[in-house]
Amino acid sequence: MTEIFTLSIVLSTIRLATPLLLAALGGLYSERAGVINIALEGLMLAGAFTAAAVTYYTQSPWVGLLAAVVAGAAVAGVHAVACIQFKADQVVSGTAINILFLGVPALLSGALFSSTGATPQIPKENLIPWTPIVIAVALVPLTWYVLNRTPFGLRLRAVGENPEAADAAGVGVARIRYAAVLLSGALAAIGGAYLSIGQASLFTRNMTAGRGFIALAALIFGKWRPVQTMLACLLFGFAEAMSIQMQGVAKIPVQFIQIIPYVLTIVVLAGFIGASRAPRALGLPYQKER
Amino acid sequence: MKHLRELLFPLIAVSAAFLVGGVIVLLIGDDPIETYRLLIGSALSWPDGIGYTLFYATPLIFTGLAVTVAFRCGLLNIGAEGQLYVAAFATAWVGITFAQLPAWVLIPLACLTAVMSGAAWGALPGVLKARFGSHEVINTIMLNFVAVALASYFTQYHYKNEGDAIMQTKMIGLIDTAQGLRGENAHVPRIGQLVGWFPERIPLNISFFLALLACALVYVFLWRTKWGYEIRATGANPTAAEYGGISTRKQIVLAMSVSGALAGMVAINEVLGYRYRYYDGFSVGYGFTGIAVALLGRNHPVGVLLAALLFGALIRGGLFVDIFTDRVSKDLVLVLQAVVILFVAAEALFRDSLGRFGLLKRSKV
Repeated sequence: MTEIFTLSIVLSTIRLATPLLLAALGGLYSERAGVINIALEGLMLAGAFTAAAVTYYTQSPWVGLLAAVVAGAAVAGVHAVACIQFKADQVVSGTAINILFLGVPALLSGALFSSTGATPQIPKENLIPWTPIVIAVALVPLTWYVLNRTPFGLRLRAVGENPEAADAAGVGVARIRYAAVLLSGALAAIGGAYLSIGQASLFTRNMTAGRGFIALAALIFGKWRPVQTMLACLLFGFAEAMSIQMQGVAKIPVQFIQIIPYVLTIVVLAGFIGASRAPRALGLPYQKER
Repeated sequence: MKHLRELLFPLIAVSAAFLVGGVIVLLIGDDPIETYRLLIGSALSWPDGIGYTLFYATPLIFTGLAVTVAFRCGLLNIGAEGQLYVAAFATAWVGITFAQLPAWVLIPLACLTAVMSGAAWGALPGVLKARFGSHEVINTIMLNFVAVALASYFTQYHYKNEGDAIMQTKMIGLIDTAQGLRGENAHVPRIGQLVGWFPERIPLNISFFLALLACALVYVFLWRTKWGYEIRATGANPTAAEYGGISTRKQIVLAMSVSGALAGMVAINEVLGYRYRYYDGFSVGYGFTGIAVALLGRNHPVGVLLAALLFGALIRGGLFVDIFTDRVSKDLVLVLQAVVILFVAAEALFRDSLGRFGLLKRSKV
């Protein structure tokens, strides 16, 4: 048992928590501003595919990462327009984005690389295995600072808690929400990009495997606060790291090991949701009075 | 005006989705007109096109109704996919384990298993929401992964034929007879077996009529019974429903159970009417497409039926697009679905622009 808790499991935990943390911090901006972002899964997929495809063509992971950020923000823009401008049901709109990015990468990949299953391999020297981890770790204190110590953060929280009051105080509710949702797309896309050009060396169909939803669960578990959210992501990362470790050691069928992170998510949500309070205006479209 | 509007917006949403899809096809480098001609032509040919379209529409009617019942209670059930996997495996298990029973016992028992196992798997996120307040969307997604993994485990380790390379269980209803191994005992008849003029190779079976019956029953349940009223009251305004003496927690569990039961009925079409076994990964996203079906059908059984026929045709046509176009894959259908959901959700887009041109009385809000 002692051998399991080696340095390798610590590193593995950090690596596996990184995409979750990036997506969860993205979700944090959006949800603290009052827009439910169940589209994290689709946004991660958009980032993962864009990063892999662009890196393959340009042979530069930096261009790939930048393209992923732009793609993530653009897709989040669709969610934002639907939810903020047209007051669509935020959960339904997010679900549409998720289904869309089950289809779009496969469609494009089929057209570009004649394979709907995966993009071509990217050579090892064009991968970025560490940078996203650094970005994720740096983003935690940065997000805390932005939320709690800057005018933008104050407005963002106001818009998510009490948009009427924020509006009355002269804050542009829609503008802040747009910024928050676009930011969430960019961050989730970095998380996705890390999967395809950091951990793996290509994009495979549905490679996020529910991580966007696990990130959302971590965000709720972390009470919509950056540091607690990071701890929640590390917990999920640890669960996944353990399950990978166990696949070689324990004589348990692989299916039971695979479901550990999913079951943990359900248990955590059931056990701790009572203790966390969502932003008050979460999920409610705001109609400016005329 | 009201009925016109009910039809108008879904039609606009579908047209807009096809437009977006066409632009994507164009960008990919194929001919959109040709692609759509192939898509629609292959879905409407007689008898194969129509037969398969109805066959694919059958599970979508069930999942569309499943999403509808949950939605009327204010819940988004993204777990129909997991519910139908659990039900399909459980149904196959009954078909394998009780193969000796006569058909008139075995088939109803298997159908009941499909309904009950789907209901149980659906009730789970309902209970989690009612008891702990955890969001059904995340839980149903997580339970989808769990369901697929469990069914795959039982298939791989306990119910596969020795040495079978394909992840599928043994056949259902197999018994030793004088004519060798026979399994018809557990089969729901195909249309081709009932009438001479329809080819038997098309797997369309009487589950389709069961799906039509389910539409009628869901209508009666939601609009003509006390339970349905309480579910709709909970969905429309939970606080008011509580003040009116309705236990919203009970309604959440009830709605999710009924939703799961409907999703579970997919197993009747798939296991008893088509493959006669559990086949790992059989669903082409029926559960997720059910969301598009329900939303496009405006969460009404009649709308669900029409939308399921449309998406059934798209699944059938998508297979042909996959094979016969150079660059477009069947994933185009997923994109069309997603865009339809998006446009239906953002209905204000059309309402506002129609209003601007004076075609529709502008809404007050």
